[in-house]
Amino acid sequence: MKIAVLIKQTPDTAELPKISAADASGGQVQATMVINPWDEFAAEEAIDLCDRFDGDSVAISFGPADAADALKHALAMGVNEAVLIENDADSSDSGDDWTTAALLAAAIKAQGEVDIVLTGKQSVDGNSGSVFVGVARKLGHPLLVNVLKITDVADGVITVQRGIDGGEETVSAPLPVVISVAKEINDPRYPSFMGIRKANREQIPTLSPSELGVDMNSAQTAWTNIRKPAERHTEVKIIEGASVPEKAAKLAEALIAEKVI
Amino acid sequence: MSVLVWIEQSGGSAVASCWEVLGKGRQLADELGSPLVALLMGDDVAAGADAAQKRGADLVLTASSPTLSNYRLSAYADVLTAAIREANATVVLTSATLRGRELSAAVACDLSAGLAPDAVDLRIEAGKLVAVRSVYSGNILADITFKSDIQVASVRPRSFPLPEEGAAAGEIKALDVAMDEAAVPEKVLESKSAGGGEIALTDAERIVSGGRGVAQDPELGFKLVADLARVLGAAVGASRAAVDAGYIPYKHQVGQTGKTVSPNLYIAAGISGAIQHLAGMGSSKLIVAINKDAEAPIFGRAHYGIVGDLFEVLPALTEEFQKRLG
Repeated sequence: MKIAVLIKQTPDTAELPKISAADASGGQVQATMVINPWDEFAAEEAIDLCDRFDGDSVAISFGPADAADALKHALAMGVNEAVLIENDADSSDSGDDWTTAALLAAAIKAQGEVDIVLTGKQSVDGNSGSVFVGVARKLGHPLLVNVLKITDVADGVITVQRGIDGGEETVSAPLPVVISVAKEINDPRYPSFMGIRKANREQIPTLSPSELGVDMNSAQTAWTNIRKPAERHTEVKIIEGASVPEKAAKLAEALIAEKVI
Repeated sequence: MSVLVWIEQSGGSAVASCWEVLGKGRQLADELGSPLVALLMGDDVAAGADAAQKRGADLVLTASSPTLSNYRLSAYADVLTAAIREANATVVLTSATLRGRELSAAVACDLSAGLAPDAVDLRIEAGKLVAVRSVYSGNILADITFKSDIQVASVRPRSFPLPEEGAAAGEIKALDVAMDEAAVPEKVLESKSAGGGEIALTDAERIVSGGRGVAQDPELGFKLVADLARVLGAAVGASRAAVDAGYIPYKHQVGQTGKTVSPNLYIAAGISGAIQHLAGMGSSKLIVAINKDAEAPIFGRAHYGIVGDLFEVLPALTEEFQKRLG
């Protein structure tokens, strides 16, 4: 069985609050870059599935040259191979979600027969949660999102538990499939010291948009007026009282007067 | 030209946040001078179609088939694409539920149309849709403009008010789509709801959340949070610290790496107010903080505060509201 796991390099979540509007506009953020935290769950699941069903895994990313570090994290965790789709140096246009989806789909096809494509639920920077949907549509594969558990893979059919709004479902689909995993699916391992050393020595092969035959100037949307959300200043009214019940009574009165209850 | 809104059905009834989107759709359609079209899919769509007329749709398209009884992307995407063609829709909207986000993205990709996922505001400029998105996990806002003729957006729940029901007008038309069960690769083998009348965080008008402050007795702490939530008809939330410590499942997490919520009332009990938590609930209309530490940053964003121990304050509040609300 062959498994592809899609990886994005993103700012460290601890540093997201300090991202400036200029950072976001230029696409060059002043932050520590790491593997997108949601993608660690996908990488862990890829490794686990390879153990369970005797397979090989490949991590694929689209990004600048230093996105290779995010792929090395996946390798250090135990993913077998990695490929970086590096934007052509002379192209300043990085496209939209469908451009990224076309690149990833083409890179997946270039791996030969891939049975399962795994992804995280969204990136912590773009927050679109749409690229893997596009990958599934471009490959023509069924898509199963928010997967809590991969129950079985047998006779070319995968069975999963997925979270839905207000409940859970057991769903099956024929391979090949695209799957986005939920946080509940596993606990991503920390790369071992040996794993990190080995991954750091790897030369990660690259593919370019032109090699993959994808037009980078195909974006159907543009981001404009990029800004920080307005800071909200509130003047807190501390409820005073001689006893806890007295404070509770005063607060209840205030909330009813505010018409929020 | 038209504005098309998908009204999602779950457990046989329409998902409430879809009416918010239909209400906004009405306004956009009026600005564009084009009709507002609602689409319903399922095995029984009569009640939903009726409600869509009462909430402002000029035309309701329906697709009714046993194949559509469970949501499956392949089948639903085919019908939505057919509806877009039938209605000649240029603006296509869904609620940003799990399914709405997936379906809007799939159809937008199929049609090479621009997509604004999880938009928090929508407007028309020079005849084109402009969507506002919150990105970088709540730390940046951006306007999304469209090049494609068909413009697709999913809309974050509680971004717009619920439209009033009026008199039903307009027409209901069944879409002519042939559904073939054998052509749908996904099979739903079992489905179970969370039960217990649990209120979803993203839809909730009121939320009571617990944080690290419950540490001395997490089980009792979240029971007290849930008790107050029940009396107020509120959903139960939590900070990342409480989730990471294993006090409560991840689905309750509010904040940068959890759910983004904007209820009318948010009560934060024993939550210090880390910037990552504020990113997920800062747009709440009224924020109440209960914390032992008078210096906790949450008081800087709250409208009302009680400096005190949540193990004493929460039961007192529950009792007080029980008395007043009956």
